[in-house]
Amino acid sequence: MTGPAVTGPAVTAPAGEPSARLGERYAVRSGWQVATLVERRTESSSAVTLALDVPGWPGHQAGQHLDLRLTAPDGYTAERSYSLASGPTATGAGRVEVTVQRVRDGEVSPYLVDDFPPGSAIEVRGPIGGWFVWDPVADAGTPVLLLAGGSGLVPVMSMARARRDAGDRTPVRLIYSVRTAEDQLYPDELEALAARADGFEARTIFTRAVSLTELRGPRRLTASELATWGWPPELEPRVYVCGPTGFVEAVSRMIVAQGHDPARVRTERFGPAAD
Amino acid sequence: MTSATPPAPGGPDSAGFDAAGFDSAGLARGPGATLTPGFRGRARPEGVTLPAGQYAESGFPVLSAGPTPNVSSTTWSFTVTNEAGVTKSWTWAELMALPQDEPTVDIHCVTRWSKFGTRWRGVSLDVLLAEVESTADFAMVGSYGGYTTNLPVADLLGGKAWIAHTFDGAPLHAEHGGPARLLVPHLYFWKSAKWVRSLTLMPVDRPGFWEKLGYHDLGDPWREQRYQGD
Repeated sequence: MTGPAVTGPAVTAPAGEPSARLGERYAVRSGWQVATLVERRTESSSAVTLALDVPGWPGHQAGQHLDLRLTAPDGYTAERSYSLASGPTATGAGRVEVTVQRVRDGEVSPYLVDDFPPGSAIEVRGPIGGWFVWDPVADAGTPVLLLAGGSGLVPVMSMARARRDAGDRTPVRLIYSVRTAEDQLYPDELEALAARADGFEARTIFTRAVSLTELRGPRRLTASELATWGWPPELEPRVYVCGPTGFVEAVSRMIVAQGHDPARVRTERFGPAAD
Repeated sequence: MTSATPPAPGGPDSAGFDAAGFDSAGLARGPGATLTPGFRGRARPEGVTLPAGQYAESGFPVLSAGPTPNVSSTTWSFTVTNEAGVTKSWTWAELMALPQDEPTVDIHCVTRWSKFGTRWRGVSLDVLLAEVESTADFAMVGSYGGYTTNLPVADLLGGKAWIAHTFDGAPLHAEHGGPARLLVPHLYFWKSAKWVRSLTLMPVDRPGFWEKLGYHDLGDPWREQRYQGD
């Protein structure tokens, strides 16, 4: 075998043939650029939203993520990916938001949640990812089921915001599983989205603790709840599942068992294998 | 905005870094780097070599684009198709009857975790492709569930790639690609297709699943080829 040159798109698209480079549509801009932290908002006891001004941001799709690169005084760097929480913005609009959950013993998230001061510069690359995305124009009309565990709500929230901002009325049902009421992200905004009565429904369930007035005890999402609060498979909804691996494995297994075509189920997982 | 932060004082000692510009703990930044105020990072691991932008992970995270398919070894098969359309297939029993390797390798995921010294058992692609007639330079690997990924044939031969069915002495769990996955540890781990079922040789490279969505065609962690254009 010769050693083929494989680093550039040129080798894959011989002249005269239609380009197979679908990848270019999602190409990530090379190189890092410097963004500025313009606002911090506390979302829960363990999560903060960081609003970044990224000059020349090319716009993004709901569900995409960006990479952040942090640099210590000795030149050491750490890179991490974070889902974009904000809905799509006009190309070049500049301001994007990520919501960061503090991971115990994490290297980067405790710094970002607790210390990263407004006005600081940070390197950014993105947007990244073209699979776990929803577009209010291209994907309009097909019912959507959003299943979020913990901070898996973040990319899903970007989709809900994209829908709202576009004035779209695609039927969307969201089931959000979170440990306790104190851990909830965006509770007021979720309530406001549902109160618009424009086809967006949201359910929040607690897995660890509930208030005394809550009728449902603390437990994980059950198959019957998923069947009741989700969409029947006959409607052929697009299903998005995002959260820790244990949540995604359990929920996607249930959803497929209920008759949903695995090809319509998109997943995004994060965190350690042991949930 | 770059003027908001001072350059790294002194910058790293270049003697401590190799030609690619990174050291054992992360990407080294020269003077002019954007400092993140107050960020120190973890204690740098010693005695290990991490590709740029990676960190060491002791667990085994799971990343998949969709639900985990339920594939039984009783129905599993692996099929190689050359550019003339000639196929060669192995059942589970036939795979098990082939010579087995036990590679212990470091793996690197594009989401930035690296895991050292993972122990696998499987059949080398050198064995599976030995009798296949082909002059193709590229291969598309396919999985149960529909996943695909493209690789140069040169990266599949020469003791660099396996069909792996055992991890750490136990049958490979479905979450991690069981009953069998491709194992190509020298490339980012999305190339190591889970639930592997086919390999199709192609004279011209075509992008697979993640490669269509902006990820790199080769994915060499030592050159930090995460995305198209890297």
